[in-house]
Amino acid sequence: MGEAGAGLSPNSPSEWLVFSAVEKTGRLERGPRDVPPGLRTVRQVRAVLGGRLGTWLLAILAVLVIGLVVVPKVVAGGYGFFVQILAFGVANGAIFALIALGYTMVYGIIELINFAHGDVFTLGAFVSLPLLSAFGLVEGKSSGAGLWFGLLAVFAITMLIIGVLNMLIERVAYRPLRHAPRLAPLITAVGMSFILEGIMYVWRGAFNIHYPDLLPGQRLPIGEGASIGVKDVLVVVVAVVLVGLFSIFIARSRLGKAMRATAQDRDAAALVGIDIDQTISATFFLGAILAAAGGIIFGLYFNSVRFDQGFEAGLIAFTAAVFGGIGNIPGAALGGLIIGLIQAFSNAYFQAAWTDVVIFAILILVLVFRPTGLLGMAVPQK
Amino acid sequence: MRARLARIDWHDRNTVVYGVLLLLALLFPAVAQFSTGGNGNFLVSTAADAGVYVLLALGLNVVVGFAGLLDLGYAAFFAIGAYTYAMLASNKLAVSPLHHGVHIPFWIALFVAVAVAALFGAMLGAPTLRLRGDYLAIVTLGFGEIVPRIFRNGGSLTGGVNGITALDLPTLPVWLDGPWAGLQLALVRDYQFIDPTAYYVLMLILLGLAIILTSNLLRSRLGRAWMAIREDEVAAAAMGVNTVATKLLAFAVGASFSGFAGCFYGAKLSLVSPENFSFVVSVTILLMVVLGGMGNIPGVIVGALTIYFVDFYVLTNLPSWSSGLADAIGLGFLNQSHAGWTGLGDETQRLIYLVFGLILVVTMVLRPQGLLPSRQRQEELAGGTADEALADVGAA
Repeated sequence: MGEAGAGLSPNSPSEWLVFSAVEKTGRLERGPRDVPPGLRTVRQVRAVLGGRLGTWLLAILAVLVIGLVVVPKVVAGGYGFFVQILAFGVANGAIFALIALGYTMVYGIIELINFAHGDVFTLGAFVSLPLLSAFGLVEGKSSGAGLWFGLLAVFAITMLIIGVLNMLIERVAYRPLRHAPRLAPLITAVGMSFILEGIMYVWRGAFNIHYPDLLPGQRLPIGEGASIGVKDVLVVVVAVVLVGLFSIFIARSRLGKAMRATAQDRDAAALVGIDIDQTISATFFLGAILAAAGGIIFGLYFNSVRFDQGFEAGLIAFTAAVFGGIGNIPGAALGGLIIGLIQAFSNAYFQAAWTDVVIFAILILVLVFRPTGLLGMAVPQK
Repeated sequence: MRARLARIDWHDRNTVVYGVLLLLALLFPAVAQFSTGGNGNFLVSTAADAGVYVLLALGLNVVVGFAGLLDLGYAAFFAIGAYTYAMLASNKLAVSPLHHGVHIPFWIALFVAVAVAALFGAMLGAPTLRLRGDYLAIVTLGFGEIVPRIFRNGGSLTGGVNGITALDLPTLPVWLDGPWAGLQLALVRDYQFIDPTAYYVLMLILLGLAIILTSNLLRSRLGRAWMAIREDEVAAAAMGVNTVATKLLAFAVGASFSGFAGCFYGAKLSLVSPENFSFVVSVTILLMVVLGGMGNIPGVIVGALTIYFVDFYVLTNLPSWSSGLADAIGLGFLNQSHAGWTGLGDETQRLIYLVFGLILVVTMVLRPQGLLPSRQRQEELAGGTADEALADVGAA
């Protein structure tokens, strides 16, 4: 067993050194004895795919697939249907973007894949349900100013509750493990996900719950027989406003600056007087309020919620965050939008059973050809 | 042999754990049968199923514990192993262009499954080698999501949602029946594996093999290279470790164990279905490795058995236990259902998710290094070298 790795490695210690020097500088001539031919091919392919060429290949591949596979189907489907699917995809993507922002923020600051985040999103929808009835918002009866002020209040209260709850979760499940092995907080995140799902299961049961259809159901005609739902527009507007406010907050406010500093170098941030614990708490709070808003919007848009919907939605939103470049806020929004569109088009024009396969295959392709995501920059290894 | 025995250090915690585990494993079938008055087949069968998870945890431990590569899609290799056996030992391939069912003996299929799983492990590893840390985890997550869905959507070739049924049972050309199986002493030809005890014994042999293999790997040059990469990839590369080949091998070796596990699992159930390889399975196996103590083989075994016991025995039986307890202590009215209360057993059933999550969070917060951590890793963690850059040590 002792020589199990020998088949792929150079023969003597001195060769090992040359070998790694070649890899580091890339300037030395590679003699036939330095690297086995198979491995050399792997390296060459790797070098080619990793650079700018990889990005171009990816772009060309995307254009080819869209041009040759998607466009014919779309043309065959007709203009009205296309507009409908486009609007649905954008609305869907806006919800994913709201969830993805929380993932990307938390990952950016403490490098944790927060598996509980999808369930925080579901919890937003669940918590808002009793609030809606408390504000007297009933399907088919509420309208006008009462509806809008009521919804505003429900949004605000739910976001506050979920935000505080997520801060508590961080305090209990992640902060004690900040100096533990990296996988420990990952496991508590999975545990937290089970706990949140368990709470919602005990609270409302295992079935789909009807969420009141409060938004106006009219459609806006945009010519040539096509129309867009008012719902679609509202969802997108709310999401854009939230993401915009959030980006401004991160870019301009003191706390936002502290967050960016902590994400970049925690020790250096602490040295210049940033309260690390507080900053991380604030990150969880902000991520959760966006997820909570996403949960309410999801409920209002799809009119059905379920205790475990967050698990799948969370995985896809996380994919969106990685797709855009994890740690990058505009990237997460863009990633969410693109994933939402892919999902809508794949469901409508191709088989829905293959949609998730397509999404995850794209994720892998993006990571292979452009590991930093669409808008991401190279992150130094810590 | 004597020299080897003399070297056993009974003060070493791992040796004690191995000893206790071996003793428990050997005694378990007898105890199970005795304590249930001869109806213990169900328990023995459950124990063999638990063995599948132990095997999977041992394989994932190579990737996560030894080489430090986070794999969130390990169930995919499990699925590939199981489906390989299903294809090679049933009538399924009759619908393929081959037009003939293939029936390869279990013992050969075992190694084919291992090879196929290892191949897929390397295939997944190859394009992701440039990726570091969590990006790798994300790719494995994506792979883990894709594979079961391909099997589910594969139509007649993979059996779709229903999977593949009627797989061949493992057989032996000759076998000795005797009083230990409650039969007359006799030589049997074409012995078929139906008795759960036979599967249990087979699982013990596979586990023994896996333990010997992984412990030897850990002590080999390759094992040291894995650890070097785990601790600091840049430093390892600078010291001449071929990081590409080493990481590839970690993936391939880790995946090969799930080939074993998948093959056994398919043969024992005589059925594979895409629903058995979801993300939850990957996460459960990861939990076993982390909770047991990454990198430490006995720890991983204990972790796997503990999680399996809690998840598939305690939590499954909790509702009936709680209603039984309520009856026994005179609180039988709790078991009656009325508006807003569906009976204690049913209400407990709803709490299972919550309880499992609480167990995970509490154990991890109390013991982040796992139940039986690798002593080497523990030393590194206590010494503060694991999460600090070298420069920080100098500054402090």
